[in-house]
Amino acid sequence: MIGIEHYLVVGAILFVLGVLGIFINRKNVIVILMSVELILLAVNINLVAFSAFIGDLTGQIFAMFVLTVAAAEAAIGLAILVIYYRGRGTIAVDDVNRMKG
Amino acid sequence: MDFVASLVLVTPELQLTAAGLVLLLVAAWGGDKAARGIAIAAAAVFFVAGLQLIGPLHTGADGPDTLGFGGLLKVDSFALFAKALIYLAAIACLVVAPGFFNSAAAGEERGMRAEYPVLILFAALGMSIMVSANDFMTLYLGLELNSLASYVLASILRKDQRSAEAGLKYFVLGALASGILLYGMSLLYGFTGGTDFASVRAGLEGDLSLGQLFGLIFVMAGLAFKIAAVPFHMWTPDVYEGAPTPVTMFFSTAPKVAAVALTARVVFEVFGGQVSAWQQIVMFTALASIVFGALGAIGQENLKRLLAYSSINNIGFILLGLAVANVAGASAMLVYLFIYVVMSLGSFTALLMLRSEDGDLYETFGDIRGLAVTRPVIAWTLLIQMFSLAGIPPLLGFYSKFVIFDAVVKADLVAFAAIAIAASVIGAFYYIKFVKVMFFDEPAGVVTGKSGTAHWVLLILTAVIVSPLGYLLTPSLTDLADKAAAALFITV
Repeated sequence: MIGIEHYLVVGAILFVLGVLGIFINRKNVIVILMSVELILLAVNINLVAFSAFIGDLTGQIFAMFVLTVAAAEAAIGLAILVIYYRGRGTIAVDDVNRMKG
Repeated sequence: MDFVASLVLVTPELQLTAAGLVLLLVAAWGGDKAARGIAIAAAAVFFVAGLQLIGPLHTGADGPDTLGFGGLLKVDSFALFAKALIYLAAIACLVVAPGFFNSAAAGEERGMRAEYPVLILFAALGMSIMVSANDFMTLYLGLELNSLASYVLASILRKDQRSAEAGLKYFVLGALASGILLYGMSLLYGFTGGTDFASVRAGLEGDLSLGQLFGLIFVMAGLAFKIAAVPFHMWTPDVYEGAPTPVTMFFSTAPKVAAVALTARVVFEVFGGQVSAWQQIVMFTALASIVFGALGAIGQENLKRLLAYSSINNIGFILLGLAVANVAGASAMLVYLFIYVVMSLGSFTALLMLRSEDGDLYETFGDIRGLAVTRPVIAWTLLIQMFSLAGIPPLLGFYSKFVIFDAVVKADLVAFAAIAIAASVIGAFYYIKFVKVMFFDEPAGVVTGKSGTAHWVLLILTAVIVSPLGYLLTPSLTDLADKAAAALFITV
């Protein structure tokens, strides 16, 4: 029997993967965008699982909003990445260092 | 009927939405030639929307009448106070923008882009929604509307590498912060059974379960990211340095107000029954921000970076007021917030006026050597702002620190006040460095460019408010802040 805790564990694993993906990844900014999506996915799993578990629709509505915002966020992230690439010719994370201090 | 009453509550937001959509169309058709007209129209809309706040602000608004849309929004005195401040800052950032973007400072892309005022409108709309949120869903949507517009604003100079990098960094860390905040909200939802503040608060009664505690900590961490408090401050200096100066001016004022107001609302209305669970976190964050803000600024050569550390330092003082966790502390926090916004606007305006003959912008200490000889008015007003930021009497910055320390000491937290005062003495070092560089060094003589009337008006106005004359404002400011803070503690 799959209970609420299984969903929560999956959510937690995805969340941690997402956060680690942002911090450990040194190669590519696209990977960071994917990690952000993972985090939002973890949140959605949590929301929907809780919503089903406590029998309250709010969580699913919230998940819809999160989906919508995630789409907008990815669009803006990619747009910024494109102008960044045009200026620098690279999207390696280690090269994002024009400013330091 | 109920719906109509709700719509009336959000009239300013409706106006901003309508204006934003219409101006976006104008921008699409008119192109960048229409930019100046759009900026004027946007400033006018902010002004009109702000005017409607004055009435309810004076009478004070709290209780069930302020709830709209079935409890999703709460437009009480606290929200009104924050909104008024946000609109003021937005107007200031609109009026200084053309002078910056139309000069060589904007690099290859001379000329203000028509999107700039529209993005400011949408960002401010998001902030308006954020500060009147009474439900985690409203909070999240407002926050994201604000953040998404801000990411674009940071990278609005597309051909400038620093601006693009600032946008990228802001985006990555902002998205991470939203994710953390959201994860906390999902935990709170699951372990309390609701997303509206009242039911989450009710669900948090008694001892916190592990899930609830995790939710609380994640939400606090996400909010700390948004207000740039230590230990989540590392994005601030880079974003402040890379973003175009009018945008930096915007970031250091309006979103700070909104995020601080949001934090205050969440800690008092959602976690209000669990003060002991968050008070230590906020106190630690506050003191760490004050200390790191003071120490980090010391070696900085770039003035925008320096102001970024200064804003981290100021956020520390604001959080100190929050950590007191009573009406006096919240009121002191709001007073501080107002004065901080004025000082920020003043110092960034002064920075915007440091330009060469053909409009290039200067932003390092080396460029303002001997400024008192070549451009005395800018030097003196910058000096006033810096001394005020350092909290030196008789300037208004002293009063703002005074009310915070007053509240902290009255709440028997003397040790924390002592640490904060010690750190602000360290902080005085780099503010006073301005005196040394501007008044005693050999003039560099590079700041020769003329500035527009808007810059001069804003520079003088902020200097006058910060000067001892500003104390005339304090009775009415304190009155408004008290009303706003009191509204925060009424839970319907």
